[in-house]
Amino acid sequence: MNQVILEAKGIQKFFHDPTTVEVLKQISFSIHTGEFVSVIGKSGCGKSTLLYILSTMDTDYNGELLIKGQNMRNKKEHELAMVRNELIGFVFQFHYLLNEFTVLKNVMLPGLKLGKYTEQEVEFRAMQKLKILGIDNEALKKPNQLSGGQKQRVAIARALINDPIVLMGDEPTGNLDKKNTDIVFDIFKELSAVYNQSLLIVTHDNEFAKQTSRIIEMSDGKIISDN
Amino acid sequence: MNFKLLYSVSLALLMARWRQTLVAAIGVTFSITMFITLLSFMSGLNDMLDGLIINRTPHIRLYNELKASEHQALNDVEPYKKQHGFIHSVKPKSDRKGLYNAGAIISFLKTDARVLGIAPKIATQVFYTVGSIDLAGSINGIEVEAENKLFYFQDYVVAGNIFDLKNTPNSIILGKGAAQKMLVQIGDMIQITNNKGEIFPLKVVGFFQSGLSDIDKVQSYCSMETTQKILGESGSFMTDIQVKLTHIEDAPAVAKYYQNLFGCEAIDIQTANSQFETGSKVRTLISYVVGITLLVVAGFGIYNILNMMIYEKMDTIAILKATGFSGNDVNAVFISIALSIGIFGGLMGLLFGFGLTHVIDMIPFNTAALPTITTYPINYNPKFYVISIVFSVVTTYFAGFLPARKASKIDPVVIIRGK
Ligand SMILES: Nc1ncnc2c1ncn2[C@@H]1O[C@H](COP(=O)(O)OP(=O)(O)OP(=O)(O)O)[C@@H](O)[C@H]1O
Ligand SMILES: [Mg+2]
Repeated sequence: MNQVILEAKGIQKFFHDPTTVEVLKQISFSIHTGEFVSVIGKSGCGKSTLLYILSTMDTDYNGELLIKGQNMRNKKEHELAMVRNELIGFVFQFHYLLNEFTVLKNVMLPGLKLGKYTEQEVEFRAMQKLKILGIDNEALKKPNQLSGGQKQRVAIARALINDPIVLMGDEPTGNLDKKNTDIVFDIFKELSAVYNQSLLIVTHDNEFAKQTSRIIEMSDGKIISDN
Repeated sequence: MNFKLLYSVSLALLMARWRQTLVAAIGVTFSITMFITLLSFMSGLNDMLDGLIINRTPHIRLYNELKASEHQALNDVEPYKKQHGFIHSVKPKSDRKGLYNAGAIISFLKTDARVLGIAPKIATQVFYTVGSIDLAGSINGIEVEAENKLFYFQDYVVAGNIFDLKNTPNSIILGKGAAQKMLVQIGDMIQITNNKGEIFPLKVVGFFQSGLSDIDKVQSYCSMETTQKILGESGSFMTDIQVKLTHIEDAPAVAKYYQNLFGCEAIDIQTANSQFETGSKVRTLISYVVGITLLVVAGFGIYNILNMMIYEKMDTIAILKATGFSGNDVNAVFISIALSIGIFGGLMGLLFGFGLTHVIDMIPFNTAALPTITTYPINYNPKFYVISIVFSVVTTYFAGFLPARKASKIDPVVIIRGK
């Protein structure tokens, strides 16, 4: 059960504008199934940058990224899109829900894109995810009719729709108040404990980080502690 | 690619900005409407003007031209045989205007499969005698049935019955202008003088109006027999044989063939009326140019709305890509928005175009030139509708091409970082 699902080998990232800066310096680590990892570190140390690379959205880096044993290096753009669709769930600070669609349809979109299940099955699964997150009553509302905390929970449901091997979050509670932050953290804990979901969450909240199974601390583009 | 899913996304984006998309679609509708109207109207006009000339002009006219013999006696005289001689003031010898062997030519033409029909004709100059004045005029001797079948003679006879020309001996159908000059009514007798100065009384049985008033002032029609009598010629005399072919485009080749075969002059309609074909072509060209210009303008409208949409929906595009939609998917979404606008606008354009041409078709248009035409001419060729819808789809595709490519290249990281 303790399988490696994601492995970073010597990830290095430069930004060239305005001057060439090495933002990530030889980052190497791996995540196993069911692990709940939090990433902490000072602002500007490269956490978001790392997460964008790990989620395959940023392809401009040195080093190797293996997801489920597959090297992401030589994959084409649409193959990477498929990896994101099927294997990775991502929650951002901002919810990025589409106001043109209902909450339910928003959650369903990546599932429909995957095309593994029929539309009815995807709908059923979306309702299940919404139930886990306690917002199944809002399914037919439009996102702009929800509170900030509810929106973020919809975004989590959307990230979970294809049962990703890892759920990544870049300060997913950054825009929320204390009460909603606690709700979201409780959901993450539940996902990890009950559903054995692997999580990789960037956070500024050290209290929350302490409750996770593993804390990676970064400073100036390097991992300075990992336990 | 999951087309249903992609289409539902494009539809949602489209509906989110339905006012602007509607305006863009109206742009397409307007240009397609105008395109259809222009093409139908111009081509209706072309057909009408062609009708004016082509319907009334033989595809090939066989006649005998009076000209000096190319073979002069000097060429037979020994020392000059191999030299180049200049002879001044050569005059044609024979004054015979009729066709030689007309009967044989006609019976040959009747066996030629390329020939649709033939009508003999005698063209001659006369004077209409009005009191003490002689008005110059010309008479066409015709075979009424043949002339009517090939050249729709009936359409231009505005008063009287064309068959009276055949049934009443010594009768004439006068040009409207000539009749007005002479102040005659149907049933009146007029006098004409032939080129030998002999006077003939003729009974007016009808008036005709060609639409070209210069012609109507001088031209008249008699039967072949009457004309032969006026000229004092035999019953086989004719000056022209008018030929209509099954395929008008064969005319130049067939004319050349007849010229060699019969040893008379043969002129084809293309040579005789080349300016009309040019006119038709230019009109068609103008309609296409105007139509395409309008479509290009509409295309820019679509280009704008798509660019605006992409700018506004950066977040949507970013999250679609972050959750697994590929660049091609995003591209397809925007192309299908463009095509939806194009197809919807185009189909509306076809409807409005059809409606507008119908309205034009009902507007009265009375002209002396065309007695058979009462409303503006419209050609309802389905070809125009096919061309229009193809054009609208193609232009909107190109209008959507660049914005869609831009959208597909959006880097989600840049957008998400920018938040
Ligand atoms: N597009 C860019 N061009 C140049 N430098 C960049 C760019 N994006 C980020 N950086 C730099 O890279 C470094 C890491 O940025 P990153 O967003 O990963 O930090 P972070 O750890 O997520 O910070 P925070 O906790 O504030 O979100 C920063 O110093 C930032 O200035
Ligand atoms: Mg960050």
